[in-house]
Amino acid sequence: MKNGTAPLAVENLTVAYRKKPVVRGVTFEAAEGELIGIIGPNGAGKSTLIKAILGLVPSLEGDVRIYGRPYGQQRKRVGYVPQRESVDWDFPTHALDVVTMGRYGHLGMFKRPGKQEKEIALDCLDKVGMAGFANRQISQLSGGQQQRVFLARALAQDAELYFMDEPFAGVDAATEKAIITLLGELKRQGKTVLVVHHDLATVADYFDSVLLINGEKIAYGPTASTFTPELLHRTYGGKLAFGIPVPAAFSAAKGG
Amino acid sequence: MSGFWIVLTGALVASCCAILGCFLILRRMALIGDAISHAVLPGIAIAFLMSGTRDSIFMLLGAAAFGFIAVFLIEMFRSGGVQSDASIGVVFTALFAVGVVLISLNARNIDLDLDCVLFGEIAYVQWSTLEIGGADLGPKAVWLLGFTLVVILLVISLFYKQFKLTSFDPALAAALGIPVALFHYALMGLVSMASVSSFESVGAILVVGLLIIPPAAAYLLTDRLGPMLVISVAVGIVSSIAGYAAAVALDASIAGCMVCAAGVLFAAAFLLSPKHGLLALRRARSRAAA
Repeated sequence: MKNGTAPLAVENLTVAYRKKPVVRGVTFEAAEGELIGIIGPNGAGKSTLIKAILGLVPSLEGDVRIYGRPYGQQRKRVGYVPQRESVDWDFPTHALDVVTMGRYGHLGMFKRPGKQEKEIALDCLDKVGMAGFANRQISQLSGGQQQRVFLARALAQDAELYFMDEPFAGVDAATEKAIITLLGELKRQGKTVLVVHHDLATVADYFDSVLLINGEKIAYGPTASTFTPELLHRTYGGKLAFGIPVPAAFSAAKGG
Repeated sequence: MSGFWIVLTGALVASCCAILGCFLILRRMALIGDAISHAVLPGIAIAFLMSGTRDSIFMLLGAAAFGFIAVFLIEMFRSGGVQSDASIGVVFTALFAVGVVLISLNARNIDLDLDCVLFGEIAYVQWSTLEIGGADLGPKAVWLLGFTLVVILLVISLFYKQFKLTSFDPALAAALGIPVALFHYALMGLVSMASVSSFESVGAILVVGLLIIPPAAAYLLTDRLGPMLVISVAVGIVSSIAGYAAAVALDASIAGCMVCAAGVLFAAAFLLSPKHGLLALRRARSRAAA
């Protein structure tokens, strides 16, 4: 990796809510074209880390560089999929319109999205298997379909570096498959994707690298050498609940 | 002719409020609209005391200033750990009370009637006309409201996509570099402006009805933001016409009748809306059961 031009370089990032630190001194650098899982227990600061990188919550200290520059100068190269629950799905709009919002960053201040933006948006909906729902009111979509609309919107942002906040949370099998296909497609195009992820059983299958955090960084590196029982135990402490497969047990199960 | 000016004033108030109200209810900020329309009262009173006139420009400035103070205080209390509905309640009732005290203290010296501020007197707007070079150009209130409506239409149509995205998904808006806080305060500023332009005609209390009821009815009738804005304005205008007719027939408060008419239209939408109405839901349920 050429130094200084990594898609994402985070240095000593600390974030606090009401003086209570949530993310402490996290440092890592994402390599181009990788799918990276951000793994940790509830309240570990995974979403907060993403939001701080994107400047959505103020950070106490630290430095974030996107392709060597501050985020403010690189917005068009970054796509973001917030948590599905973060918006009101009763908002009076339809799927295509939501996806079109992904184009707003590419439009001038006063310009309204036109035919070209609608075509891009429809194309993006098609890529997540939702073209047939373009004119559907968003409250009438299932949770998985709503998630796919959000992914299509991120695609419409036409970015190089993506942040996805729990895209797999509470989705149906069809949506999970659609997301995996999409992640593979993004990787083939050389894009870098960071995904906040909860399901430990699928980590080894989905991600090239993992960032294990619990307030502070526990480990960061290739999944094979980082997603280990010892490091997971350190990440989750005593909270690694019975029944969550640790990698060794998990790969044995997968083999069978 | 007097009927025409009254209905026109009502329709302008309703249009201003109906547009802004749509964004307020979609942001779950209906109560903020309520808060601002009340919190501007001390601004109106202070502007009146300082300038000694009922000239709308001073009142507009005073009210706008207090609208911002209210929004700022609500944010401050909320970020300081007070529940958001409690902080809204504290700020607007306290500021409103300050306004009531200021007006009542000076009631003997000044010609600013508390009833008029609270409930408005739309029947009188026609007597206060704008004259330039001796030519009568019609009621001042109509000019002020017309100007307010033009500003609202201009700001909302120029920044339509920003207002839409910051209402639907502020996180993405911020990530795209849209100044979310700026649009929040712009909306609050417009609500302050609409409140103060309307207070002479419908009063500080009833303006809330026109700010919330027509958008709430429109929300039930459509699944798109654009049509919601149009329907909301239509409901507001129909309310002002029907309300005026009812007030004449009953010899009752005109502004009160206008808000009542809006309430009746909301009830109709709630019952009869083809998609979200009570009857449609009931029919769908019985069909599903059959």
